[in-house]
Amino acid sequence: MIDIRDSSFNPWEELQTYQNNFSTKGKFGATAVFIGSMRDFNEGDDIKSMSLEHYSGMTENYLKKIIQQANVKWDLQDTMIIHRVGDIKPSDPIVLVAVWSAHRANAFDASRYIMEELKSKAPFWKKEVLEKGSRWVGKNTPG
Amino acid sequence: MNQANLGLFMSINVRLFASLREQFGKPDLSIEANTATNVQEVWNIISNGTSMQSNTLCAINMEYVELSHKVKDGDEVAFFPPVTGG
Repeated sequence: MIDIRDSSFNPWEELQTYQNNFSTKGKFGATAVFIGSMRDFNEGDDIKSMSLEHYSGMTENYLKKIIQQANVKWDLQDTMIIHRVGDIKPSDPIVLVAVWSAHRANAFDASRYIMEELKSKAPFWKKEVLEKGSRWVGKNTPG
Repeated sequence: MNQANLGLFMSINVRLFASLREQFGKPDLSIEANTATNVQEVWNIISNGTSMQSNTLCAINMEYVELSHKVKDGDEVAFFPPVTGG
């Protein structure tokens, strides 16, 4: 499941709801979850809020490709990506990645792979609002 | 709706995102298809010859490409800075 949201979401509720609808209950033994949230600091500055922009169409295409590639590399039961766009505040969830697999190694490895690929390929951009002015985030921090 | 969607395949639609959108002051523009043969030439036209930052990324029809990639009528060419999602 891939979803780009322009409003806030609760990752824990999303996970619960999604997993409750699984038709493969009993088939997975591992669930790896990554949640990225907004910090109120970056590069030594206080960050008041942030705006996230994306390239509608291309972003969805690349998220699908990343999931397809992960499924080629590992035997996975299911995957989930939710990513925010629009205006967010510190502590708001930005991204949720969840992977379900029979055993933990595949879930751990695939979730890391999906996040790193998302950060380097999926066309999203962050703009930070500081006390005075705003600035585009030039690059992501190393994983 | 761009001209390609209207069936007038005589132009290249250019999309700009994030800092580049602000730099150009607009999210998209159109150029005559026969004025550019590759992505670099599209950039040269829209920027009036201003050099491109080395980390700028390019896409044609929503797929990453190199600057030397050929362009054709109806293509959507996008320029944007390094991605920073997640």
